[in-house]
Amino acid sequence: MRLSASKLTVERGGRTIFSELSFGVESGACLSLLGPNGAGKSTLLRVLAGLLPLSRGAVSLSLKVESSLPEEAHYVGHADALKNLLTLRENLSFLAATLDARQGGLAIEAALAAVGLLHAADLPVAYLSAGQKRRGALARLLIAARPVWLLDEPLTALDAAAQDVMGKIMAAHLAQGGLIVAATHTALGLPGPELRLGINP
Amino acid sequence: MKEAMKTVQASPRGRAAPSAIGALFLRDLRISRRLGGGTSFGLMFFLILVTLCAFAIGPDLALLGKIAPAILWIAGLLATLLGLDRLFQADHEDGSLDLMLMSRTPLELIVLTKCAAHWLLTGLPLAAAAPFFGLMLNLPVGQLWSVTLSLLAGTPALTLIGAIGAALTVSLRRGGLLLSILILPLCVPVLIFGVAAATAGPDSLVAFETPFLILCALTLFAAAGAPFAAAFALRLAGS
Repeated sequence: MRLSASKLTVERGGRTIFSELSFGVESGACLSLLGPNGAGKSTLLRVLAGLLPLSRGAVSLSLKVESSLPEEAHYVGHADALKNLLTLRENLSFLAATLDARQGGLAIEAALAAVGLLHAADLPVAYLSAGQKRRGALARLLIAARPVWLLDEPLTALDAAAQDVMGKIMAAHLAQGGLIVAATHTALGLPGPELRLGINP
Repeated sequence: MKEAMKTVQASPRGRAAPSAIGALFLRDLRISRRLGGGTSFGLMFFLILVTLCAFAIGPDLALLGKIAPAILWIAGLLATLLGLDRLFQADHEDGSLDLMLMSRTPLELIVLTKCAAHWLLTGLPLAAAAPFFGLMLNLPVGQLWSVTLSLLAGTPALTLIGAIGAALTVSLRRGGLLLSILILPLCVPVLIFGVAAATAGPDSLVAFETPFLILCALTLFAAAGAPFAAAFALRLAGS
């Protein structure tokens, strides 16, 4: 599996966010997106997730099955996609159905245990701390198996132990032949290339 | 919570989990229930509007009975608008909408499901309560069922048309007012045929069937078209 992008250009509101961006990632590797705030890291991830249109260029994912990148990808953005009024378990069982967990993936219990949140499974998400919500959002990476993970600053708000756990989860995903594109400010310690984005004048 | 536990145990790997559409429908109903009085607020609003009209018009019972179908329909229209601006906005704010946009389930079907959940919590209770409020307005007994039936057939169209406005205003902070301005003119045909069907009674000159069938056609037309329009607007909203 290979994710390749050629000459990506995104313009929003008359402003060029980035232009002529090309890269390629093989399965088993993590592409780290680096750059100052406002460089377009989140925009690039949203483009890859199919949530923003490209002005020019093309993204392609070579796969055995006929499928598009957004359908094969997990996207974890700044928002956690958890409903405050529902419990963590209810949230995840909804997400499992939405993300089509039939493809295989951990059970909700096991995913919560993996991110260390099993004790909070029946609490409304509103009661959780920012770090716990983040862990809950990352748990959805485990409940449905998808080859490509698009992560926007995955380690934000996580404590040292949780960062360690998350690092191991990401390393395991890569070892299974997965692929990660992550916007980050701290080194993730994962094998793979780096892509530096700069601010366009 | 116990029921959720059961479903988890029954489907350890999510294979037998309810389909994405069913899960979304249940989630929306559950959120509305937890919000507290999702249904009762709409009904209270309906009741207050009807009562205000009765006070405003004064003690002329004959006049009140004559315009009662119109009052009930306008109150129903305004009560349906309540909370419609949050239909997609809540999901947009917490990022769930991103997942729906990326999902393998067609967005049009997701829109239709959310509309169905919204109607079940607003339109259906309104139609069910209409006969009681009709009595308050001195509506002739023969017309009670025609008001109820017309609201039952017409309110889904209001929700569906409203969904287009909700999708267009999804990223606006205070989109509620703009939503009303956008969709109320579009609701005029539904209102015309809704009131025409509602005024029909055993001793009235207007036939019930003709406007009622057109009302049903409007609802079916909205069900066929609105999900596509709303889904298109939601896809544009991200960019």
